Amino acid sequence: MTTASGSVPSTPGSRRRASNKDPSKTAARRFLRDGAGPGSAAAAELERTWTDKEGIIGFLKANGHKTIGLRFVVTALCFFGAAGVMGGLMRHQLATADSHLLGPDFYNQLFTVHGTTMMFLFAVPVMQGFALYIVPLMIGTRNTAFPRMTACAYWLYVIGGLLLFGGFLTNTGPDAGWFAYVPLAGPEHGIGKRVDVWNMLVTYSEAMGLMVAVDITTTILKLRAPGMTLRHMPLFVWASLVTSVMIIFAMPMVMLAANLVQFDRMLGTHFFNPAEGGDPLLWQHLFWFFGHPEVYFIFVPALGFISAVIPTFARRPMFGHDAIVLSLIATGFLSFGLWVHHMFATNVPELGKSFFTAMSFMIAIPTALQIFCWIATIGSGRLVMRTPFLFVLGFFFILLIGGLTGIMLGSVPLDLQVHDTYFVVAHLHYVLIGGAVFPLFAAIYYWFPKITGRMLSDRLGKWQFWIFFIGVNLTFFPLHILGLEGMPRRIYTYGPETGWGFLSFLSAAGQVINDFSMLLFVFNVARSLIKGERATADPWGGGTLEWSVSSPPPACNFFALPVVSSREPLWMPSGDVTHVSGLSAEIREGLTTTVIDAVPDTRYAYPGPEIWPFVAALAVTLWLVWSIWSVPGFAWGLIPPAMAFIAWYWPNKKEAIEEVTWEKEP
Amino acid sequence: MNGIHDVRTPAGPQAAALFDLWNVMLVTCTLVFVAVIVVLAVAVWRAPRGTEQTSPDATDHPRKDTILRRSVGTALAVSSVLLFVLLFASLIADRAIATLPLTDAVRIDLIGHQFWWEARYDPRDPALTFATANELHVPVGRPVLMSLRADDVIHSFWVPNLAGKKDLIPGRESTIAFRADLPGVYRGQCAEFCGYQHAHMALIVVADAPADFERWLAVQRQPATEPSTAQQQRGRDLVEHGSCAMCHTIAGTGAKGRRAPDLTHVGSRSWLGAGTLENTAASRAHWIADPQRYKPGVDMPPLAAAPADLVALSAYLGSLQ
Repeated sequence: MTTASGSVPSTPGSRRRASNKDPSKTAARRFLRDGAGPGSAAAAELERTWTDKEGIIGFLKANGHKTIGLRFVVTALCFFGAAGVMGGLMRHQLATADSHLLGPDFYNQLFTVHGTTMMFLFAVPVMQGFALYIVPLMIGTRNTAFPRMTACAYWLYVIGGLLLFGGFLTNTGPDAGWFAYVPLAGPEHGIGKRVDVWNMLVTYSEAMGLMVAVDITTTILKLRAPGMTLRHMPLFVWASLVTSVMIIFAMPMVMLAANLVQFDRMLGTHFFNPAEGGDPLLWQHLFWFFGHPEVYFIFVPALGFISAVIPTFARRPMFGHDAIVLSLIATGFLSFGLWVHHMFATNVPELGKSFFTAMSFMIAIPTALQIFCWIATIGSGRLVMRTPFLFVLGFFFILLIGGLTGIMLGSVPLDLQVHDTYFVVAHLHYVLIGGAVFPLFAAIYYWFPKITGRMLSDRLGKWQFWIFFIGVNLTFFPLHILGLEGMPRRIYTYGPETGWGFLSFLSAAGQVINDFSMLLFVFNVARSLIKGERATADPWGGGTLEWSVSSPPPACNFFALPVVSSREPLWMPSGDVTHVSGLSAEIREGLTTTVIDAVPDTRYAYPGPEIWPFVAALAVTLWLVWSIWSVPGFAWGLIPPAMAFIAWYWPNKKEAIEEVTWEKEP
Repeated sequence: MNGIHDVRTPAGPQAAALFDLWNVMLVTCTLVFVAVIVVLAVAVWRAPRGTEQTSPDATDHPRKDTILRRSVGTALAVSSVLLFVLLFASLIADRAIATLPLTDAVRIDLIGHQFWWEARYDPRDPALTFATANELHVPVGRPVLMSLRADDVIHSFWVPNLAGKKDLIPGRESTIAFRADLPGVYRGQCAEFCGYQHAHMALIVVADAPADFERWLAVQRQPATEPSTAQQQRGRDLVEHGSCAMCHTIAGTGAKGRRAPDLTHVGSRSWLGAGTLENTAASRAHWIADPQRYKPGVDMPPLAAAPADLVALSAYLGSLQ
């Protein structure tokens, strides 16, 4: 391995051989290697190698991290829009007492699909999509570790989402809530195929989340640029790592639980049937053991967004970087010890509940520490008041309200009053909108130029921010009071004698304002894509590696892999060595580094674009849909996925020879 | 008798303890919110402005960093202390709720059904026990010990003015104790999503003066009053010989069904269909003719009866005071 300038501790890859044995054969080939800048033959070849093919087949085969990441984000935003429309319908229905706009059947499907979509099809995938796009650019590599698996995950995600909406549009939408409590979702009371659709969608989307999480974890741990030790890793990457590890621990829980319900429904088992020794509470434990960390799958990446945006717009490195890293990790751990605070109204032992109160209060500490560090950074920086920064400031306001009501809900006795009322609806929307959607918009405004090569309008962005800020508060603040006034969640109507009409109407009005803000955002994006100002490589003056490449980034990300020696490589240029080179420009090759110190370790050949991830996703779909409607389908349906996966992993002789040749080349 | 339902107007010791806790939390959290937002606003206001081209300040400022570190540390320490205070307040409230004296408690079995409440008073004494539905009476100043069960899916008992909520879970029996100290009518509603008509599963709790309560008990233990007019007699015949008796019980008559609310004293209740319609002669007739119109998904089927018969049924049920 050679370096562009100076010398790098050249660690030969473990798979590398000393020399090549057949010089005559290599003479015919050029063996182009990376490292040369744009315009050179090697750079052109590198770019061609990393570009996914065009056409419909090429579209289905693509596995570049930018392509897949962007698809995740765009698809998730579409689901966000659809679920937002559902939320608007619900607020409209509740705007007046005794409204007959929607019936109970449709309303129950509506709130179930709204919650399920927001949690499973919007919030988690959009965060993972951003991580897929940004993390490799931030850590200086060319692709994620398992690009085909991630491509397959994307197809599973899209198909799972279409399954849910297909069910909804054909009156088979799940109607037992996004939490699907048994026995309401069990065989006796969850009649029809609606809950089966929910169970399958959950299995699908969690499999997707798990696959992406494994990919991101491996990418972060093994593919960082040389020199990017854990101490030099950007905070967004830390947040993505913590989230992914959490997902790996929590997701299998809900897949297992959903399958147990499915066994009860399809095969007549009795896991949750109290008459046969089962227990409905088991479901609640299993679900919330996943369900509470789920909130943090959404919140922790958003903390990463905030930590990425603030230094750039405060023109200084983050104050308390180490403290923030430790807070992220602490949040990840603590989030697994809170689940019972969703179950305070059940007859779980009282002393145990107090423990969960203490845990729920404790998790406020790492978040508080991060908020203080951010404020310290802001206060000691030079502020650039652009739209992303404005969304960060809005995040403080809204998240703080959500966090403080969260402390109230963490207290066992107080929770008994406000649990399952509109107070909780207000709390969770403040947390998820303040803690995830505002940071998400900050991230979109921040990275949009990098992704598309065009700037979003700052003026429209600021308008959108203020309209959204007012709309969110108007929609959700009155709900706190409704909760105190005794309005339970998930009711499709209420009588005029309850006196809930006025505040519900205010909330519906706020929702209209939110809709307007979203339309403004769509307009801003469309306008920018058509005639937006062209973005330079580093329009905000950011310090992390993604700003070192052109906007949009080349297919190969970096013509030569960077060497890093600080947290903000663009702000504190490293010493003598800036790049490493010597990887193949003709096949997709990557450099792995060691987990802690990021010392170059081995060379690694990536798979090229393949159709098998798509075929495998289709085969899995066949199985899952078949198993909804037929018990034998559960067994026979396994054959197509098995065939698809065997075909996927069938050894390719030509590729293997090519890789070995490249390994042998000096 | 609409009934009030608000956490902020407690009518019993437990709701009062919870309301105190709420106030402590509200004040503390508001102060924290205001403090953080003010500090943030000052930080944003006082910090100098830059542009994207401003060269980033990546150098060390030991003096400034020390000040920042101290500020963050102090803020974190204050937050932790406040969290401990809140934790302590929470435990005290928890204790206050759990230590309600239960001597001389009124015992009620409450059973949740899709989508109504079945209540059995004095469940352990066959001579005294009786059943009612969707409307409870409790004596002021005496504790009530309620045993909670569910027949089908999970429901949740919650009367905000009296106490926090407790789930009714199939296969598990739980208890809740509360006391009403102020006479009044309190409304509660099922607080765990339980299906189609989760929205129409209200429960009225009437807190009576002890003497009124005893009178109410005595009446409830009686079998149904005999019809006093020919129309009421017609209504009773329809109940006994029609489909009503297949699901409903009216003590002292031939109606002995167990699937649906006990109607022995239905005329004394203020609502029909667990808070769906006010209990008037007209609404009783409408409800009987087509309950699905007012509460779609309810188990009760429509009754195809002549208008005169509906009026007779309504008159008879109204007489069951």
